[in-house]
Amino acid sequence: MLSNIFKKTIIFASIALAAATASAAEPIKIGSVLSVSGPAAFLGDPELKTLQLYVEKINAAGGVLGRKLELVHYDDGSDAGKANSFTKRLIESDKVNILIGGTTTGATMAMAPLVERASLPFISLAGAVVIIDPVKKWVFKTPHTDRMAAEKVFEDMKKRGITKVGLLSETSGFGASGRKETQHVAGKYGITLVADETYGPKDTDITAQLTRIKNTPGVQAVFVFGLGQGPAVVTKNYGQLGMTSVPLYQSHGVASDEYLKLSGKAAEGVRLPTPALLIANALPANDVQKAVVTGYDKTYRERYKAEPSTFGGYALDALNLSVDAIKRAGSTDGEKVRAALEGTKGFVGTTGVFNMSPTNHMGLDLSAFRMVEVKNGDWQLLK
Amino acid sequence: MLAQFLQFLYSGMTVGSAYALAALGFTIIYNTSGVINFAQGEFIMLGGMFAALLAGGGMPLPLAIAIAVVATGLVGLVMEKAVIEPAQNAHVVTLIIITIGASLTLRGLVQIFLGKATHSLPPFSGDKPIEFLGASLLPQSLWVLGVTLAVVGALAWFFGRTLLGKAMLATSHNKLAAQLVGINTRVVLLLSFGLSALLGALGGILVAPITYTSYDAGIMLGLKGFVAAVLGGLGGGVGAVAGGLILGIIEAMTAGYISSSYKDAVPFVVILVILFFMPRGLFGAKISERV
Repeated sequence: MLSNIFKKTIIFASIALAAATASAAEPIKIGSVLSVSGPAAFLGDPELKTLQLYVEKINAAGGVLGRKLELVHYDDGSDAGKANSFTKRLIESDKVNILIGGTTTGATMAMAPLVERASLPFISLAGAVVIIDPVKKWVFKTPHTDRMAAEKVFEDMKKRGITKVGLLSETSGFGASGRKETQHVAGKYGITLVADETYGPKDTDITAQLTRIKNTPGVQAVFVFGLGQGPAVVTKNYGQLGMTSVPLYQSHGVASDEYLKLSGKAAEGVRLPTPALLIANALPANDVQKAVVTGYDKTYRERYKAEPSTFGGYALDALNLSVDAIKRAGSTDGEKVRAALEGTKGFVGTTGVFNMSPTNHMGLDLSAFRMVEVKNGDWQLLK
Repeated sequence: MLAQFLQFLYSGMTVGSAYALAALGFTIIYNTSGVINFAQGEFIMLGGMFAALLAGGGMPLPLAIAIAVVATGLVGLVMEKAVIEPAQNAHVVTLIIITIGASLTLRGLVQIFLGKATHSLPPFSGDKPIEFLGASLLPQSLWVLGVTLAVVGALAWFFGRTLLGKAMLATSHNKLAAQLVGINTRVVLLLSFGLSALLGALGGILVAPITYTSYDAGIMLGLKGFVAAVLGGLGGGVGAVAGGLILGIIEAMTAGYISSSYKDAVPFVVILVILFFMPRGLFGAKISERV
């Protein structure tokens, strides 16, 4: 009888012990909703690959706070509505500790109200200013804003004494938002936008718009705000019309080697703001970001045999910021992690150096962008 | 003033001849089956993608082009065999919906197996612009225009002078009567898909050096090509080419003289107006119903 009770106690004790160890080793769940398919796939695809690669690496190195990371991922197919329902699922049934994602601004804005209500720390990978302005308690973001790109370009124009600029923007969300921000900050740099033309993202010939800009009196430079192949068509048409005496500026939307490949010789002399990753190898050795960007560049190339994109860099920064915040918080408690994220100071990522605060949930300044010029078919860092 | 007008005109002609080549493909299949093949844009994309990838892989340009055209032609034949033929007794509307499904499938396959990146193809005879009366034109635009005209001529000869071409025309006029005089209408339909795939591929390759190509390049070209074909009356080659050029030139003139914001809207308004007054298109045949 007694031995029977003793046996039962042992069994209970061992079950309880097993349960305790299990909870200690329970993984930290990182939820993500990205646009891996659909029109925004060129952004979401490298983002997911980067998250998978680095979650694996962090786990191989022993995880965080002695616990493994577990990535719970859903693909929203570039549909903001789906991003919303997957977020619900991540909060209610997967019970994730932190959320990364929202490849596009549309998806992010669809996810934001849910995380606010659930008190879940959330780092977005989308560009627009609206995500963090006005500040939302639980929402952070890693990419630069389009406003910063416009400011960086105007800063360079001011240095060259350019005051009259022709604006050519894409009718896509990226271009339209860029156009608005460009108009918003132009005055601050003493720049007048003398022309305001647009083109469609799939347009194959933009000479008509460029001819109009060319014939605008007093135009000293042209600024193009677009993504993908459109800006390459603009660049080629620019060469065709012999406008090379007027400096051409592009936005960070074309900061990839693909742009060089597509526009060829016509791209000579084009200037644009870019994150440090694009020119990883050309950065001076004493640059604060040198080690981070060359490390990411090498790791990504080794695994996927492809050029890493700045978009993947946004995801990497979001993951590392989360890990950093969880470590500093010493737990995965939502409020503690959020406070730690907000207290991030001097964190060096691929996108720039992050200094978050209760009023700034992005934490980047203009130094996160580097001005480059295309020379001999390659990027050259401008001083 | 003149230079500016010419620049808009060249721009319109370059874009318009791409639309015209797409429109030609629509008319061929429509003529033999009454079906609007919404996978036509995908044929254009396939031609451009195959050629760009092969040429990018180091293959000489002429060989890459030849292989791309033939391969796309085969895709057209396979598509007809696999999805159109099993449903050939279905209503025309059903067939049209099937072509939409086929186009989504083709686009998805290319996206998965050939990637989502944008590719370029080197121009056939350099990229030094030709100056004429103060406006400049890329040599590749002349290639597009020239080949488009040559294709129209070849098609006129094919449909007017060869037995096979006449058989295809006969099938379009009256399928039952064509069968009764011994025409294998099944083969005719198969060939029309192969032929329009060939033409689509050719168009895609010709415009790739100007417009670049990617897995989704066919959507817009297919749509505009369809509009051009309707504008031209869905009849013969001349209508398709005229429709394409008119569409391209209206677009360029709108962007140039009015505003680039209205560039895509004005052509559609013009088309609505034209179709309102001329429901069969600019070059459509008049149909008289016998009672």
